[in-house]
Amino acid sequence: MHDVRTEEDLLTIRHAVRAATLREGFSIVDQTRVVTAASELARNAYIHGGGGTLTVESLTRPGGGIRLTIRDEGPGIADVEAALTDGFTTGAGLGHGLGGARRLMDEFEIRTAVGRGTTVTVTRRAGR
Amino acid sequence: MNGASPAGVPILRLGDVLVTGLLNELDDKSAVAFSEELTARITRDGARGVLIDISRLEIIDSFVARTLMELTTMARLLGARVIVSGMRPPVAITLVELGLQLTGVETALNAERGMAALGWRQNSPPPEGALA
Repeated sequence: MHDVRTEEDLLTIRHAVRAATLREGFSIVDQTRVVTAASELARNAYIHGGGGTLTVESLTRPGGGIRLTIRDEGPGIADVEAALTDGFTTGAGLGHGLGGARRLMDEFEIRTAVGRGTTVTVTRRAGR
Repeated sequence: MNGASPAGVPILRLGDVLVTGLLNELDDKSAVAFSEELTARITRDGARGVLIDISRLEIIDSFVARTLMELTTMARLLGARVIVSGMRPPVAITLVELGLQLTGVETALNAERGMAALGWRQNSPPPEGALA
């Protein structure tokens, strides 16, 4: 479990996720997809969620893969569909973070409620 | 003139072109510092072109993409043309999937082609078998 509290944490997380993709034998393109998605989601938690945590798990199921869980206790997202739409932004990014991360990963799940924070779980299978 | 910038990347002047790059460790604070230093250098050195090499970048997320687009716009407003060179192929693939096209940002395959596009030419032909 990694903290997402500072800009330095964002860099630490990228390194940790990169190392995990290497252990899973991901191709260089898949490594780049997963690290980029992690960076987007961690930055969301840092900027919009007021900080949070990121967990990296190896999938034990056949073929393997990686699951990332990014959790914050921020204000939550009132309109998830809108937040997943390209161009939607309330912060300093380009509004492609959430929807973009969904496209970069195989599975994407978001649980959020106003005042209850946001948890995003994403999975990328190895060796597709 | 060629000291390390607050962002940790030197900005070199070659004639009327400034040559610099971005590192993986770019954060908000260093992005702002880099923008300030680059725009000051464009003005002070009368630069007409800026080459930003990104061959070290292992990923480009929406924060770095926004930084590149803003740097390009700032330089253009000061009369300088920016070329971003050296993007890694996996980064290009990921950027497109992310939905980011770096609209308005000119690119070149590598620093040498970027410099050529900015008006720089080699005086002598490259050695036999060298990469273009």
